[in-house]
Amino acid sequence: MSELALPARVALVGNPNSGKTALFNALTGSRQKVANYPGVTVERKEGAVVTPAGLTVRLIDLPGTYSLRARSLDEIVTRDIVLGRLAGEDVPGLLVCVADATNLRLALRLVLELKRVGRPMIFALNMFDIARHRGFEIDLDRLSAELGVPVVASVAVRRGGTRDLLARIDEVISERGLPPGLVATEGTWSEPNAAELRATQRQADRILDAAVKMPGRPDSFTRRVDRVVLHPVLGLVILLVILFLMFQAVFTWAQAPMDLIKSGFAGLGAWAGVVLPEGWLLSFVRDGVISGLGSVLVFLPQILTLFFFILLLEDFGYMARAAFLMDRIMGGAGLHGRAFIPLLSSFACAIPGIMATRVIASRRGRLATILVAPLMTCSARIPVYTLIIAAFVPARTVLGWFSLQGLVMFGLYAVGIASALGMSWALNRLLWRSDPSDPFMLELPDYKRPVLKNVALGLLQRGQIFLHRAGTTIFSMMVVIWVLCSVPPAPMGATEPAIDYSLAARIGQAMEPVLRPVGFNWQIDVALVPGMAAREVAVAALGTVYAIEGAADNPAELGRTLTAHWSLATALALLAWYVFAPQCASTLAVVRRETNSWKWTAFLFSYMLGLAYLAAFVTYHAAVAFGAG
Amino acid sequence: MDFGPEDMPVAAGSASNDGTTPGAQALGSAPVGFKGRIRAVGVAADDHGLTAAEIERRLIELGFVEGARVEVLHQGLFGRDPIAVRVNEATIALRRREGAAILVEPDGG
Repeated sequence: MSELALPARVALVGNPNSGKTALFNALTGSRQKVANYPGVTVERKEGAVVTPAGLTVRLIDLPGTYSLRARSLDEIVTRDIVLGRLAGEDVPGLLVCVADATNLRLALRLVLELKRVGRPMIFALNMFDIARHRGFEIDLDRLSAELGVPVVASVAVRRGGTRDLLARIDEVISERGLPPGLVATEGTWSEPNAAELRATQRQADRILDAAVKMPGRPDSFTRRVDRVVLHPVLGLVILLVILFLMFQAVFTWAQAPMDLIKSGFAGLGAWAGVVLPEGWLLSFVRDGVISGLGSVLVFLPQILTLFFFILLLEDFGYMARAAFLMDRIMGGAGLHGRAFIPLLSSFACAIPGIMATRVIASRRGRLATILVAPLMTCSARIPVYTLIIAAFVPARTVLGWFSLQGLVMFGLYAVGIASALGMSWALNRLLWRSDPSDPFMLELPDYKRPVLKNVALGLLQRGQIFLHRAGTTIFSMMVVIWVLCSVPPAPMGATEPAIDYSLAARIGQAMEPVLRPVGFNWQIDVALVPGMAAREVAVAALGTVYAIEGAADNPAELGRTLTAHWSLATALALLAWYVFAPQCASTLAVVRRETNSWKWTAFLFSYMLGLAYLAAFVTYHAAVAFGAG
Repeated sequence: MDFGPEDMPVAAGSASNDGTTPGAQALGSAPVGFKGRIRAVGVAADDHGLTAAEIERRLIELGFVEGARVEVLHQGLFGRDPIAVRVNEATIALRRREGAAILVEPDGG
């Protein structure tokens, strides 16, 4: 029995929408750890649970799948863990196959396929309460006898709803004496062909007929909601309204916590100024570490607000509908319907957006989405846009009641979206010259009441992932950029701001001849270098270059200075530049990681840079031609 | 959760005319409201850079197998694409292009 001292490994497998993650949350609570699988960027969720018999079990939540015949990155992880092929991962001693009790047909086929792997298995019928309420009569004993595996009912969202499952885990472990790590075995599993899939489904259908009595009518709530929400015209209008409300919330709800984070970091910086002596250490701590972290963390409230809505709508079952509604529109640009959520996330920040592309099965579909996601207007562009718009675009109304400033802002967003779609189209038609549209096949789950606990846990995980990234990749970028901006230090008796003597200034001045044709002066060029850390840092950098105390906190004052130094043409050219410019080192780092290719990262950087230059050039010269020079 | 009474029409197969033999057609060209059963699933050609066999397997894995009950519930605005199809107890979204590989026969007749 000595091997039982080590915790047994139990893996949760199941169809998408089976409530598997809800069950995982119910079993492990907040005792879960989210990381990545080594070498791949698929999220790995593990948690510990103590069974009634006092055994500690390590539970792992595998990405949802219909078959072990994996297609997407997510599904490959599921297959490799179940088969014990994934290097560095323990082989699970017990599989728990989770199914939505109201939608068993496809799950039964998966169970039959999993049985061939030859590992101990429990079949958990989740959402059993809903099934009973809707009139399903499920004979658990018959099901168990037909399948040859233990079957339990579970209700993830109710206290005590996992009792039977835990008891059964205990039973299986004490019966079989599971060693914590079994050897890799594929049993008699092999990738099924179409004929085998059909035969297995027929067997599953027979078992379903024998053990389950279905209610005569389907879920009428889902049907009635869908009749409105999936209406060809009304459905799109509703989607637009939801998106509009979401953005309203992102920009209004997030404002107070953002201000709090900003002033918190400003206070921290001031405190550092008091406790540390003037010198490079203070500069590093205050201008590098504190303001660097602050400039990234300030986006956390917006990212969390956006993900709150995405997770809520996902839990309700709406997100698959959004993909359905958007599929044709995005398909015209060569994007997959599933690219909708990643691109939506990119409005907050391209980083979570790019990470969310993992659900797209085809490599090209995923790559196209990654390559255009940074064109969506992320919230880091907003401080730059608002600074320039407030300073250069007159605050007056046009066409009766549209604010001109608002229209310009809207125009910048629209250009971002249009260029993302256009770029994807160009990639598919010009570069790849093939029909790229991966078949769009997606289950639209029945609507469910969202569970706040699941949304909260999901949100917590998004936050952790973002903070982890801010603490590693983004932070190291910040340090590099601080070095560029502070080395070498200003000479004694310098009259200009210190940044004018730094490497960043030299880079900026070296760029000046290249950027003069688009109307940029060297001060802008210098500000673009720290802007690589995060776009909005350019605002603070402009303030530094123009040597205005506290300009970053007081855009109105900086705006006045800019109107004195720049022509309208220069300002508009800078706006156009910012729509496209690859001005974010951390996005590039994430693209490198997710595509696992320097080539595509370099491609992204160069095409965005090229577009930025072209857009700024055209804007500048058009504006000069209209007398705005 | 209580979602109130069902208000769907009960009559099936009202679309087909009396006296005519119900002919099989592709699910990909079926109108919204179509109800029937799958007679055959057979992908004719490679597409999307995937082999015909692979597309067929993906369809089967989502429940599109011979004998399954289908009902076309919704369609998109542009080109009436994609479609949402009730397949037994599940609802699956797919494009009409993939639906062309699924041969269905209407109820009643």
